[in-house]
Amino acid sequence: MTNPAISIKQVYFTYDQRPTLIDVNLTINDRDSVCVVGPNGGGKTTLMKLIIGLLTPNSGTIRIFDRKPEDAYKSISYVPQYAQYDSKFPISVQEVVLMGRLGSSFTGRYTKEDREIAYESLKNVDMASLAKRPFSALSGGQRQRILIARALASQGRIIILDEPTANIDKESEDHLFEILGRLNTTMTILMVTHDVGFASKFFKRIACVNREVVMHPTSELTGDLIKDMYGGDIHMIRHDHCCSPEGHSNG
Amino acid sequence: MVDFFTALTDPNLPFFRYALVTGLLSAIPFGIIGTFVVVRRISYIAGAISHCILGGIGAGLYIQYGLGISWFGPLHGAIIVALLAAVILAMVSQFGNEREDSVIGALWAAGMAAGLLFIAKTPGYIDPMSYLFGNILLITRNDIYYVIGLDILVLSVVGIFYNKFLALCFDEEFAGLRGIKTHWFYLLLLCLTALTIVLLVRVVGIVMVIALLTLPAAIAGQFAATIRQMMVCATLLCSFFIGTGLSASYSLDLPSGPVIIIIAAIFYLLTVVSTKGVKNLIRKAG
Repeated sequence: MTNPAISIKQVYFTYDQRPTLIDVNLTINDRDSVCVVGPNGGGKTTLMKLIIGLLTPNSGTIRIFDRKPEDAYKSISYVPQYAQYDSKFPISVQEVVLMGRLGSSFTGRYTKEDREIAYESLKNVDMASLAKRPFSALSGGQRQRILIARALASQGRIIILDEPTANIDKESEDHLFEILGRLNTTMTILMVTHDVGFASKFFKRIACVNREVVMHPTSELTGDLIKDMYGGDIHMIRHDHCCSPEGHSNG
Repeated sequence: MVDFFTALTDPNLPFFRYALVTGLLSAIPFGIIGTFVVVRRISYIAGAISHCILGGIGAGLYIQYGLGISWFGPLHGAIIVALLAAVILAMVSQFGNEREDSVIGALWAAGMAAGLLFIAKTPGYIDPMSYLFGNILLITRNDIYYVIGLDILVLSVVGIFYNKFLALCFDEEFAGLRGIKTHWFYLLLLCLTALTIVLLVRVVGIVMVIALLTLPAAIAGQFAATIRQMMVCATLLCSFFIGTGLSASYSLDLPSGPVIIIIAAIFYLLTVVSTKGVKNLIRKAG
């Protein structure tokens, strides 16, 4: 039995004495695909930041392949929301992707191998032809793919995506899922989204985050439940604190 | 214009050559650091450091003339205070829970106030105007050594860690996740900015530092596709503004600092208007 990709035990986190996450227990296995949903302010982003080590829990433990998050950065490929970028920043696509290779040397200079890995990552998202283009000249969907390529260049075993489907069109979205499907054969996928509709098509499990975290198999997701989630009323979903990827054993 | 070249070659006017050489050499750190300041959007931090420097200049003058310690001068005071301000501002951005703007304001004003008080207590008459509005014609041989030292420092540090600085400016969070000690690099960037500002204060004065630091880079940013291009372009523009500004100020008998800034500002305005105009034309044609 291999170590789980992500293991979270009894984690509590408070922002300015306001509890954000309470008693989170979560195990994500290697090559699992988990979609994180929940109302705004429910703690989705906090949960991601705890996993990638940008925040530290008040209590409880988080392990990434048996390591502490701050030591596990090489295992994680991270795709932040693209909306946060300065759209006029003068940088080429290639330079953005190469950033995924940073951290391997003291000066941050890239080797020939780094450049090859960056090129392979671009090919992986079908964007190799745009390597020399300015990042600012690309469409929203294209930029999203470049950020995925940058994450792939890090060569982590887990890919974490924060709201990658916000602000992109339907075609780009289909393309995104095609890429994720390919990646899932070798990587664990963890994705935050508002869009629960397609989540059900692709992901094996759904994590509902609203101060508490509850896992559901996607098979349980019906139209009514999705509607409830959009309304932020996550408590309408029947909570079973432990469930297997196959679903609940009792009805 | 002919007068200007005659003045440059006149052996009795060495300060003129010093001014031009300093101006052209200092365009390198202005262009490089200015680019970082523009893309990282820290021009208010640069403003706070520049105003703080008056405190260091005042303290330097007071120590030199008031206390009679002759080897310590305003340049030493300025360097120490500028670096101190950089350290404080870097710490505030790391630990200070969004109170950064209050600290910027406090440093800005307190630095100036301390400087004026020191100058008031320094024996003899000192005109703060030349520090506030700069006077490149007061530049000495020592300043040229400072400029050359800064050129070497900025070119080598930025040259070595270029990719890390780029990542810090583009996406600090991601850079941190790749194992880069982002707060140390941010501190390093602010220290280089502080040393550059000390030099800028010499050339255009405290009040106009932000203009000469950001305008060339902002113009370059309208055309450049990468940070590297932006730096080269900003450096060339900066030396052009300093050169033409100096010659115009000599020919028209005007103070050099404001002339340099006005030329830079006019160019900025023209590029903004013309690039907007071209875009509109393209839209109409399309």
